[in-house]
Amino acid sequence: MSIPLLDIKALTVEFGTRRGVVDAVRQVSVTVAKGETVGIVGESGSGKSVTSYAVMRILDRAGRIAGGSIVFGGINVGKADERTMRDLRGREMSMIFQNPRAALNPIRSVGRQIEDVLIEHSLATRADAREKAIDVLKAVRINDPESRYHAYPFELSGGMCQRVVIAVALACRPRLLIADEPTTGLDVTTQKAVMDLIRELTAERNMSTLLITHDLGLAAAYCDRIVVMEKGRVVEEADTATLFANPRHPYTRRLLQATPRLDSKVADLLPEEDSRRRTPSTRPPGETLLQIQDLVKVFPGKDKGDEYRAVDGLSFEVRSGESLGLVGESGCGKSTTSSMIMRLLDPTSGHILFNGEDIGAVPGKRFAGHSARASLQMVFQDPTDSLNPRWSARRSISDPLMRLASVGGSALRAKVEAVAEMVGLPDHLLDRFPHQLSGGQKARVGIARAIALEPKLLILDEPTAALDVSVQAVVLNLLVELRERLGMSYLFISHDLNVVRLLCERVLVMKAGRIVEQGSAEHLLDRPEHPYTRELLAAIPHPPSSPPRVSSESEDSVIAARWP
Amino acid sequence: MVRVPKRLRLVGYRLLQAIPVLIGIVVVSFLLTRALPGDPAVYFAGPAASAESIEQIRVSMGLDRSLPVQFLAYVGDLLRGELGQSISTGQPVLTELTRRLPASLELTGFALLFSIAVAMPLGILAATRPNSWIDHLCRFVVTAGVSLPTFFTGLALVYLFYFLLGWSPAPMGRLDILYLSPPHVTGFYVIDALIDADFETARAALAQLILPAVTLGLFTLAPIARMTRAAMLQVLEGDFIRTARAAGLSSNKVLYSYALRNAILPVITTLGMVFSFALGANVLVEKVFAWPGIGSYAVEALVVSDYAAVQGFVLSMALLFVILNLLIDVTYTLVDPRLGMED
Repeated sequence: MSIPLLDIKALTVEFGTRRGVVDAVRQVSVTVAKGETVGIVGESGSGKSVTSYAVMRILDRAGRIAGGSIVFGGINVGKADERTMRDLRGREMSMIFQNPRAALNPIRSVGRQIEDVLIEHSLATRADAREKAIDVLKAVRINDPESRYHAYPFELSGGMCQRVVIAVALACRPRLLIADEPTTGLDVTTQKAVMDLIRELTAERNMSTLLITHDLGLAAAYCDRIVVMEKGRVVEEADTATLFANPRHPYTRRLLQATPRLDSKVADLLPEEDSRRRTPSTRPPGETLLQIQDLVKVFPGKDKGDEYRAVDGLSFEVRSGESLGLVGESGCGKSTTSSMIMRLLDPTSGHILFNGEDIGAVPGKRFAGHSARASLQMVFQDPTDSLNPRWSARRSISDPLMRLASVGGSALRAKVEAVAEMVGLPDHLLDRFPHQLSGGQKARVGIARAIALEPKLLILDEPTAALDVSVQAVVLNLLVELRERLGMSYLFISHDLNVVRLLCERVLVMKAGRIVEQGSAEHLLDRPEHPYTRELLAAIPHPPSSPPRVSSESEDSVIAARWP
Repeated sequence: MVRVPKRLRLVGYRLLQAIPVLIGIVVVSFLLTRALPGDPAVYFAGPAASAESIEQIRVSMGLDRSLPVQFLAYVGDLLRGELGQSISTGQPVLTELTRRLPASLELTGFALLFSIAVAMPLGILAATRPNSWIDHLCRFVVTAGVSLPTFFTGLALVYLFYFLLGWSPAPMGRLDILYLSPPHVTGFYVIDALIDADFETARAALAQLILPAVTLGLFTLAPIARMTRAAMLQVLEGDFIRTARAAGLSSNKVLYSYALRNAILPVITTLGMVFSFALGANVLVEKVFAWPGIGSYAVEALVVSDYAAVQGFVLSMALLFVILNLLIDVTYTLVDPRLGMED
């Protein structure tokens, strides 16, 4: 075999922290051949990003390559001087990042940012930089590149920003592209467009790609070979088909299982022996709990003409004990809808009937004192940002009890502990602050806070979007259990049809403030009628097949692929 | 560019916003001076005056009329560009202010230039090397500067550089009596002398200026250095700095073109606050260096309830603050493209 373009051997990266030296990456070996796409998959804290930063030598000040070697195109990156590295970065290997809007300089036009890279690497002069930058924008399929050249990042959508970041990275035609969670936070259709663009451009230029992601489905769709990392170590490495057909390491198996597939049930996400597995009951829903009638929200624009109809004549109902999914991409009006139901926003017109009473007529500012307030609760998307950083978990969970139910003293203490136990939050964590809790624990605090008053309707706004898949699996099962125990109804809002389907019997698909399709979850997945639903479904990357032990067909195909 | 008219509109909008502020200032400065204890008529009449002559003076000054009538008269005067006569010096307030304001502005301006020249590099160095010796030095200089009272720093500097070393001229005003003040153009002696191509006078004026400016500058180091350090640290943590580094941009480019330009925004705001604050707070420095500035004038006027002078001072300071804030807002809109969006 020829010499690989990138050869990482027994890499160890240390971080100096206040509590001593921590190994973020231990004895990691990865190779990437010319033209190959390799995925590094792992959950938060697995060291996958740190590995890529070490390759670029852009580790934080506290980080240090403590052992092993990184050889890129014959150059020992670990030992190279800063000048050599600066020539390599951007020109020979470059990187694209998560959260594209933050990855661009907010006060420099995107064209100038591309020019900076071209000029730095002597691929353009001041005279022709602009022309070349526009060419690069054209290459990443940005419409109207001449005028986009002057745009600032805040004027572009997330997907557009990621194209610009890709443009910056590929401007100098490097040989290696490192993509660190390039599509996290983007809509599924945008994710597909961005990933397809990366694949197309790298194939066209015979580049190598190192794709770092937490999403096995994404890795499956775009990588030739996958490296699985856990807690700073490589636990398994195989070509994509083999890995999915025959995962050897228990962690890989767990990860595979926790990744929702087209046909998995919510209990399937956890191992069979796990006691937290739950199956939703098939009990028929009761009477109507929430009825939305012709709901409209118009945001006024600067001029009369450009007012924005975020929600445009929405009607649906939620029955008691039912879970309804609301699916759509960012900007479709799903969050505006949930804010109106929670009475955080006043609707422009229409009715919100909760238990037969039109709560839409109550002004949002006065709703906190309304009798229905305690029966309506919400779990927010970002478990960190939705908790007060200066409140302990106990204080956060107590808050609604004190304000809406006037519980106090020992009764409050007992109630908080009971709720915490229900969501699986151990007592000793109750006095911790958000920064001392993990993502999953914070999600539990958010759920505990919402169910403390035993609401009738719980609005879940992307409750698992910020969580690792294995944590998501546990939280989804927990939600199923809580619904049965407390007899709640759920309104589950998400951009991910695949997750919504696991919890909800009925799903609404929203686009531009209207419902384009609705029906049972199975029906929507099997026979989507509206083209938009089909587009959404097609954009979700899936692991190649059903769980390996069930399907034998995939194994055959792998064998066929290996021994043609 | 499509963006320009939008920004112009923004600047115009800010200008309009200044109008109600100015009206408020006129009302408040009028009421405040009237609320001061002390009776200007008594002061003006002198210690031996009879009740009758005091009353006569009161009538001649218009102080016997009701407050609204006095206010209308005051506004009428203002509209005619009339700020009234100072009762303690007998000079028109406007003349005194135009003479003294440039002196204060020159002092504060130079102090701030010195302060920026020291504090910003210190802040940047400290931010790029947190917890190094330079960071600690920055912290020390800054704390020392802000915790020593200006009259003490001033006197210490005079003692060292004038009395012991003899490097600087006597701390007696803006220009040594050996020199003639340069022809009035801007009112800033150094600049006026340079315009006149009289380098000898310019050097002498500068020599007089250095010690008081440094005294005041040391005091204003702290907020500027602190803000620069904090803003730089925050920006350097940003994702776009990582992108710039990953794209292989040189460290100078990353530090100055990318980080500093973003970090400068909060620093500009701080500069504006520091400038306005220093302009009002340099009374002590003016006293120590016998600087004929606006601060000492105002304090003297205040002591004798010299209404016209105090009102004139408050009004001109307020006007200055409004102009300054306007300047900062405009600079901000020029530096930060995102501001054009909010209307």
